[in-house]
Amino acid sequence: MNALTFTLNKKLQFSLNCAVLNPANLANKSTSDIASMPLNYGNKQLRVDEIFEITGSDTENIHFKNTTNKLDYLGANMSSGRMTIEGDAGAYLAYNLKKAEIHCKGNTQAYAACNMVSGLLTIDGNTGDFLGGASAGLRKGMRGGTVIVKGNAGDRVGDQMRRGLILIEGNAGDYCASRMIAGTIGVLGKVGEYACFNMKRGTLLLTTLPSLHATIQDCGSHTLPFLNLMFKSIAQFKTKFSSIQTQRVQRFVGDAACHGNGEILLILPAQ
Amino acid sequence: MLINGVQIDDTFAEAFNMRGTRVIITAQNLKWAYHAANAMTGFATSVIGCGVEAGIERELSLEETPDGRPGLSILMFAMGSKVLMQQLETRMGQCILTCPTAAAFAGIESEDRINLGKNLRFFGDGYQTSKLFANANGMAKRYWRIPVMDGEFLCEETTGMVRAIGGGNFLILATSQPAALAAAEAAIEAMKRIPNVIMPFPGGVVRSGSKVGSKYKTMFASTNDAFCPTLKGATNTELSPEIESVMEIVIDGLNFEDIAEAMHVGIKAICDLGEASGVKRISAGNYGGKLGPHHFKLHEIMGKSTS
Repeated sequence: MNALTFTLNKKLQFSLNCAVLNPANLANKSTSDIASMPLNYGNKQLRVDEIFEITGSDTENIHFKNTTNKLDYLGANMSSGRMTIEGDAGAYLAYNLKKAEIHCKGNTQAYAACNMVSGLLTIDGNTGDFLGGASAGLRKGMRGGTVIVKGNAGDRVGDQMRRGLILIEGNAGDYCASRMIAGTIGVLGKVGEYACFNMKRGTLLLTTLPSLHATIQDCGSHTLPFLNLMFKSIAQFKTKFSSIQTQRVQRFVGDAACHGNGEILLILPAQ
Repeated sequence: MLINGVQIDDTFAEAFNMRGTRVIITAQNLKWAYHAANAMTGFATSVIGCGVEAGIERELSLEETPDGRPGLSILMFAMGSKVLMQQLETRMGQCILTCPTAAAFAGIESEDRINLGKNLRFFGDGYQTSKLFANANGMAKRYWRIPVMDGEFLCEETTGMVRAIGGGNFLILATSQPAALAAAEAAIEAMKRIPNVIMPFPGGVVRSGSKVGSKYKTMFASTNDAFCPTLKGATNTELSPEIESVMEIVIDGLNFEDIAEAMHVGIKAICDLGEASGVKRISAGNYGGKLGPHHFKLHEIMGKSTS
């Protein structure tokens, strides 16, 4: 079977909610059934075939082509299968993702991996603010799974993140790991101001030290054997993090302002 | 059956169902891994007095250990899951947590899990940190990082617990004590190469084989007088006049086949020494077949190589 492919053939002025276009909703539906499904567009609804050209039939392998950043909620609530986005994606990419894989070959807007539970999200380009964060009103963000960003990420990466792994090969913005509850964030590039603001637990793995606020405390340099396990675990993903071999880190703990026990691990050269 | 002048009795070893687990201990180097493993498997010769029977199974290569450091695998057996869990946690806390640079990981996978670091983490007094790492198969495992004075104690949350067999055994009957011990040492060297088994007694050898019951009401096991050479004239002995010493090797294992294989290679190593070594007979301990469901018949086990 060929991948079920949605090719955007309309220039979008408003955001289009694509949440229903996931394997569970599309399973056992004919092309005509899929074509007639309504999608929220601005303050009205459009049929799928008014926006996309539909080809293929494999609902467990979904492709989006010619995409723009107006396509919100791509891959939302996916609990099986694979999705490939050959272009940019809008906000809330991989919202509430469970046990599925999404590969976005372009850039994304804010709230990618919001409320993500498990699975794998790979973003080849840049992503916006609140990567791995929580949707409005929720007190816990990403609860599991792995997010790999090849480019840069915006502000508030991992805000209220509860569990899981976020790997950013580029830079991250301000307030990285803010209000983080647990999990691991790795950034190979630079990190903006106020990293680990109100961080409770979790790990922020860095290669360059940002300017830290006063409530993040230096705990010295250490060799931590658990890093070997972590890098082995990361090695299954094809990222630049796989090349890190050292277990030597400088450890910072905080945020003391909220009695936090989170940590920044600054990777040091091997001894 | 006669092998190289050594008589193999037509009898069987009687073994029991147990619960077993495997733990991987790593450290900065093998020396400290052994310190940790020796402490953890100390005073673990018999469930009768120690609660568990435990031993070092083998050394592990750097590729075999989860954290890529030198390590050892430990097998531990008990009569029930509750005792095994209790003993494992106690020994982890007193022997591995305390040992410099040591870390502990699950060595066996099963649906039944018992705690390794799950409760030990509270030693961290709130500074402990958990990490969930997925392996290449996507299976996530939780590890605990507990701050200690030498750095961090790393410990997997749980390990597997499986059904196992304890009490496989054979007896070495020789014309002198040195001859019996030399034969036992040769057997242990060969048996150490078999996976999934341990010989839990000191050096792998027992000199105080027991029988069920005693003339004293408070004792439920007592010396196996039928195999005591100094009682040959005073009891219903199993020994011929020339036998002066008997040693026993007890084997616990994760399955019947590996225990049988360990018995096979052990007895073969003794028989290879020949009659001139002073070993006259190989026998086995049993309770008439009424207590233990697993019977290791010596002739069947040794028939693999002699027939």
